[in-house]
Amino acid sequence: MKRHTAKGLLILMGLVAMAMPAQAEELKSLRGSRDLAAGSEPPEINREISDDRPIPRNYVQQPPLIPHKTEGYRIDRNYNKCLSCHSWANYQQAKATKIPPTHFVGRDGKELANVSAARYFCTQCHVPQTDTRPLVENEFEPVKALK
Amino acid sequence: MLESTNKKRFKWGPYLFGGVAGMVLLAAFLGELHYSATEKFCISCHEMEANVYMEYKETAHYMNKSGVRAICTDCHLSQHLVQKVGRKVKAVNEVFQHFKGTINSREKFIEKRLHLAEKVWAEMKANDSRECRSCHSAKSMDYTKQSKRAMEQHIKGDDEKKTCIECHKGIAHKLPDMQTIDPSAVIGI
Repeated sequence: MKRHTAKGLLILMGLVAMAMPAQAEELKSLRGSRDLAAGSEPPEINREISDDRPIPRNYVQQPPLIPHKTEGYRIDRNYNKCLSCHSWANYQQAKATKIPPTHFVGRDGKELANVSAARYFCTQCHVPQTDTRPLVENEFEPVKALK
Repeated sequence: MLESTNKKRFKWGPYLFGGVAGMVLLAAFLGELHYSATEKFCISCHEMEANVYMEYKETAHYMNKSGVRAICTDCHLSQHLVQKVGRKVKAVNEVFQHFKGTINSREKFIEKRLHLAEKVWAEMKANDSRECRSCHSAKSMDYTKQSKRAMEQHIKGDDEKKTCIECHKGIAHKLPDMQTIDPSAVIGI
């Protein structure tokens, strides 16, 4: 019994040793064959689209996208930089789009006098765009209602 | 004869001493004026370092594409000697408030923030944003190189004789609670 085990172990070790070089060649990490020490290639830095021209929507319920830079625009309890142009009091002076009445409805459906806290953090839905290519090639097309 | 010349001889001593002492004092004064206008000096107070300085570090006046920086005194201290000294005299109150501990915690600072900001805004409005304009000259500003939005607003601002600070508030620091200034842009209930 003991001898059998030893023999089996020896054969197994031999098999593993034979398989080793082939395995080492086939094994590839997700980062490719790049040397660990060489580091990875930094992603391209994308520029925000900032031509102030409305970006077409892809579906009817889509929150409109932001066609300008928003770097440094703070939204906090004290002040909302977006609303300094897009609020009802400011949009005419700033020649901006005003926020729709849907943003004055609380989550319980109650109409409010000022912008709802649930709608206050603009960038949860509205985002700026960059001029980058899609990460995955696709054949996405807007819905027919928007064509 | 010899005695009388001795008596009448001009004495240089006091004048020389006065001159040297005057020069030393002037050098000390100018040196102090220079040192107290450095960033290092401004943020040697906890109130400045922990609040306004930390916020400013996130803004374009600290870091931007061309690497030109504006330090505290570029915006908050005049380059003209008379106004500069005048501001230094006013700063005596700030030193007093520092030792009194008026804004020695974040909570106290936030509490006082609107009052402090309004004082700076009023000052800048009164002097037609003088310190802004020491870098941002209206004559050298090419509106056609700006975004459409910026160009339109600047032309409108010029027509309405507005000064920089009236629109550009909170560009180097966070804003205070703006409820009293623009309630349409503050969180509702």
